[in-house]
Amino acid sequence: MTDASTFEIWLIIFAMAAGTFLIRFSFLGMVGDRPLPAWVLRLLRYTPVAVLPAVVAPMLLGVKADADPLRLFCAAVTLVIGIWTKNVLWAILTGLGLFFTLGAFLG
Amino acid sequence: MSASPATQQFMKGAKDGLPFHLVIWPFAAIFGAIATKAGLNVAEVMGFSLLVIAGSAQLTAVQLLSDNAPTLIVIITSLTVNLRMGMYSAAITPHLGKTPLLTRAFAAYMLYDQPYALSSIKFEKDPDMTLSEKLGYFFGVAIPIAVAWYILTLVGALLADQIPPDLGVDFAVPVTFLAVVSPMLKTLAHIASAFTSVVLVLLLGFMPYGTGLLIAAACALVVGAQVEIWMEKRKAMQ
Repeated sequence: MTDASTFEIWLIIFAMAAGTFLIRFSFLGMVGDRPLPAWVLRLLRYTPVAVLPAVVAPMLLGVKADADPLRLFCAAVTLVIGIWTKNVLWAILTGLGLFFTLGAFLG
Repeated sequence: MSASPATQQFMKGAKDGLPFHLVIWPFAAIFGAIATKAGLNVAEVMGFSLLVIAGSAQLTAVQLLSDNAPTLIVIITSLTVNLRMGMYSAAITPHLGKTPLLTRAFAAYMLYDQPYALSSIKFEKDPDMTLSEKLGYFFGVAIPIAVAWYILTLVGALLADQIPPDLGVDFAVPVTFLAVVSPMLKTLAHIASAFTSVVLVLLLGFMPYGTGLLIAAACALVVGAQVEIWMEKRKAMQ
């Protein structure tokens, strides 16, 4: 449970809404057809692979993580299927399907 | 009577977006349930899904809220997760940049992963599409998934108590992130960037409230870009 007040929660919602909109609107709204500096595009290309693993890793491997072997195994399978098939849907279905199936058998 | 080309493209986009509904429905419901269990009321949970529409960032924010991170850290960290959408904005600008300002603003509001991914593939494949056809396709993907996102968030928030905590829904969060990120690990630079991100965030695990994440992500961006430059130089020398 969070200790944040109603005011703090709505502040977070509106700040995230405004910030996310500005990020999405940035180029679309202001750049038009002008080309972007190559180094900016180069850095931007790496945002998903730079940010998302840093979000996931502590959930699976961090000190507070619920790191049982089943979860780690299914997470590894998700990663392999995702890299292999390049298909988000298959990766999710395989990872979660395996987790729930094996979880039911192993109790 | 036949539908206009833009309407036809809207239907095409809606059809191409169908597989994503399989992921978005449980994802939205899981977000609604996790946010409710973190102590948010229905209006607050819906505020996130209606105003932000960014699953990963919303989950990050709720995760940090549960850890009682300071408000500013919650905002900065969740927005960092959304920085990739600056790239989407840049990538979609050559296609939708000539539409009226309000249309662009609405497209920006809906510029989340799936419409970006499907539209950029489609526009690349069919360069002869008109501006209105492109808009039709984009919103054909974006609107139905967004509506599903709102409705299933509400369902998840209302049914949160019926979901037992040991069901493993929390595991769906890292799995979804892994599934989104793994197809992107296509070059040495991407792998190096992701690897840097994981190693640094674990090493910086002692830092409070996800500040380690910001440093790990910033270093990983630079590592990705530098490895790319290095690979290009190496290729040019051969």
